[in-house]
Amino acid sequence: MKFTLNGSERTVEADGNMPLLWALRDVVGLTGTKFGCGAALCGACTVHVDGAPVRSCQTALSDVEGKSVITIEGVGGEVGTAVVAAWRKLDVVQCGYCQSGQIMSAVGLLSENRKPTDEDIDTAMDGNVCRCATYQRIRAAIHEAASNLA
Amino acid sequence: MHIIKPADYARMLERLAPAPALAAPSRRGFLKAAAAISGALVIGVRLGPSEAFAAAPTDGPMPNAFVKIAPDSTVTVLIKHLDMGQGVTTGLATIVAEEMDADWSQMRAAFAPADAQLYNNLLFGPVQGTGGSTSVANSWDQLRKAGGAARQMLVAAAAEKWKVPADSITIEKGTLKSGSHTASFGELAADAARQPIPAEVKLKDPKDFKLIGTRLPRLDSADKTDGKAVYALDIRRPGMLTAVIKRPERFGATVKSFDAAAAKQVPGVVDVVAVPAGVAVLAQNTWAALQGREALTTVEWDESNAENRGTAELLDEYKKLADTAGRNAAKRGDAAKGIAGAAKTIETEFAFPYLAHAPMEPLNCVIEKTGDGVTIHTGSQFQTIEQAVTAGIMGIKPEQVKIETLWAGGSFGRRANTAADYVAEAATILKAIDGRAPVHLVWTREDDIKGGYYRPMFYHKVRAGVTADGKIAGWEQRIVGQSFMIGTPFEAFAVKEGVDATSVEGASDTHYDIGNLMVELHSPQVKVPTLWWRSVGHTHTAHVVEVTIDELARAAGRDPVEFRLELLKDKPRHTGVLKLLAEKANWGTKPGAGKGRGIALHESFNTVVGSVIDISVVNGQIKVDKVVCAVDCGIAVNPDVIAAQIEGGVGFGLGAALHDEITLDNGVVEQANFDTYIPLRMSEMPKVEVHIVPSANAPTGIGEPGVPGVAPALSNAIFDATGQRLRSLPFRLEDFKA
Ligand code: FES
Ligand code: FES
Repeated sequence: MKFTLNGSERTVEADGNMPLLWALRDVVGLTGTKFGCGAALCGACTVHVDGAPVRSCQTALSDVEGKSVITIEGVGGEVGTAVVAAWRKLDVVQCGYCQSGQIMSAVGLLSENRKPTDEDIDTAMDGNVCRCATYQRIRAAIHEAASNLA
Repeated sequence: MHIIKPADYARMLERLAPAPALAAPSRRGFLKAAAAISGALVIGVRLGPSEAFAAAPTDGPMPNAFVKIAPDSTVTVLIKHLDMGQGVTTGLATIVAEEMDADWSQMRAAFAPADAQLYNNLLFGPVQGTGGSTSVANSWDQLRKAGGAARQMLVAAAAEKWKVPADSITIEKGTLKSGSHTASFGELAADAARQPIPAEVKLKDPKDFKLIGTRLPRLDSADKTDGKAVYALDIRRPGMLTAVIKRPERFGATVKSFDAAAAKQVPGVVDVVAVPAGVAVLAQNTWAALQGREALTTVEWDESNAENRGTAELLDEYKKLADTAGRNAAKRGDAAKGIAGAAKTIETEFAFPYLAHAPMEPLNCVIEKTGDGVTIHTGSQFQTIEQAVTAGIMGIKPEQVKIETLWAGGSFGRRANTAADYVAEAATILKAIDGRAPVHLVWTREDDIKGGYYRPMFYHKVRAGVTADGKIAGWEQRIVGQSFMIGTPFEAFAVKEGVDATSVEGASDTHYDIGNLMVELHSPQVKVPTLWWRSVGHTHTAHVVEVTIDELARAAGRDPVEFRLELLKDKPRHTGVLKLLAEKANWGTKPGAGKGRGIALHESFNTVVGSVIDISVVNGQIKVDKVVCAVDCGIAVNPDVIAAQIEGGVGFGLGAALHDEITLDNGVVEQANFDTYIPLRMSEMPKVEVHIVPSANAPTGIGEPGVPGVAPALSNAIFDATGQRLRSLPFRLEDFKA
């Protein structure tokens, strides 16, 4: 299976039905993308495929053939850098386990909408569970990143 | 938390080693440990073999189990506790940095190896472990002394080198100075290690603290925002096999027979073995293991010992038990007589469901054969227990079990398992395949939600009354719920005369001055495995007490804050919190039409937290708008981490108040994943404000105390807005008619 991963061409030898999540973690060895539910219910596995956030636990490896996949390890650019900086400035993380997915969803949101309202944040981020309940800081960090992108 | 008495300590040690026996504490061993507890930790360290010590000479030395200084002047604090999100790596490093006068940018943290002699939790006795919100509290003196000793040895080395009196040397932001001499920690580290260990360590006066009490950035923010932080799920070892276990539907069932053929057909599946927990499928990757487990459709279970009761039957039984006298957990005055003479009385009941912890990182660990023993890679919360249990399974000594502690993706109590359950499962799998490959045992979310070790189901029955002049006339409370301490190494200090303190804490020891009090406990036996869940007994007792206090205040026609203040006359910490809270939450004002405000105050883990919740009722729907908390947790080591723990605790408590619930039907768990075991999400998170009461006392717990006040404050707010009283959890807001 051929696709672009964090900007480089990759060929991954694995069953095309294997979820992208497990292909990334177990075959490619990129473990920043996390497993939380395996059922599109928590967002821990969020990656970008052709720029849009998707749940990699519900995306077959064959679905990304020829496409561009960005994982937490490949976050960059104007929006990605602003989001990560805001996360660090506000010390959003607690256990940190959900945060790769949170950051991927937040980058997705801010790439589409540079000035999200609280309601926009609720809509974009409700699929990302944080059992440590860092939600207040995630919200603040998204606003912080937005203000730095203006 | 309970401080261990020597007799309990010995009994705990005995219970710790199922087989082969953990060496009984020799007199010498005990003295070493005692010396460590009394603060002469450097001496204990010199005698005790440990990785930290062994590594010291090559590794930029300081002869100290907690502090290492590298030639580049970075100071690494060895963290004996698990960081599961509570920020303890940052907090403990701050304590050392403060006493050393280090610069925050030079501080690092690393998880300590498993070693119950060097790294035991001073409040747990001979056990290395994290829990009870004790990490900072039990490390406070120990790490101040470790930092202070390191500082004194650096100063002594500089004095010798520069030929100046020690008291002419100052340290600021990691630089030593005297006259025209300056040096960094790294330049002096080797000389400092040769200095005698100070017999007396001079600690700073808290008023001179420069780092403690300020907002220092977390040490883990960078690695947790770029995918670099390594959790157990991320461990990859050469030849490693991933294992998932097909588990029975009912607790207590065991494997009778199975046919592995179909599973073995799945490409990537390497082996299928029976273990006590079920049937394990081992494969080259997680996906293959999961598919192999899917294909295992022919497992037959022996359910002769399984739990068959459902939630409804259990609740019925609990209600009947609550009508009978239980074991005495607290008794003062004459509660029945007081209630009989009361002007107004209430009789209420509260039911609490089983709760899963559902840490974000599904449970997992890696175990492999190394040297003459095994190495476990895990977010270890109970190193000593995991060593003892694994040693028993593998037939080796506990010290042959090495543990690499990693970041844990949440825990909320789940990883501090007195049976070391998932570590034991991994060990049984490794044994079943003769140790031929490293094994990565992975639980899916479904395994986790259905897998037990829940906060027990509880039922409380309350009778209470107020006198005509608004005093509490009497209070009777019967509590029914499983004990998860009986039969564990911790029984000796948690269970007294049949009463498990963790079932009644927060009620039997209520901070309110109630003259006629009776608290009784029933601990029924159910085969559903149970465990502490963030804030333990306080998850239910605080709710019952704080709702009942609110009901009594209203029955007496009194303001809930004034009513509480009167019952807390000789409790300055509680009244301090209550007064700050009332001010910050505008208690004196009315929240307005369609809105409600409720309060709760509770002490847990030696920390007092007050919570005020503001809600609105919009189209018959309850919306939680804002939560204001006031906290007295002693000296605030890092106020921002404290705020984060309270914010998170509020979210966690709110999830339990609104959604969380594990139910059983004929013994089968009815929930499976986050669609049925509902986590709190972004759109439900209220604004949380945290105010810290200034204090000069030693720090107390913070990981858990934010949780208990949330549900009662919400119940009280809903009553304030609507006149309807919701008691049992989770609240059924969908049935709610405004
Ligand atoms: S693991 Fe994919 S959404 Fe939870
Ligand atoms: S930070 Fe722990 S789950 Fe989000």
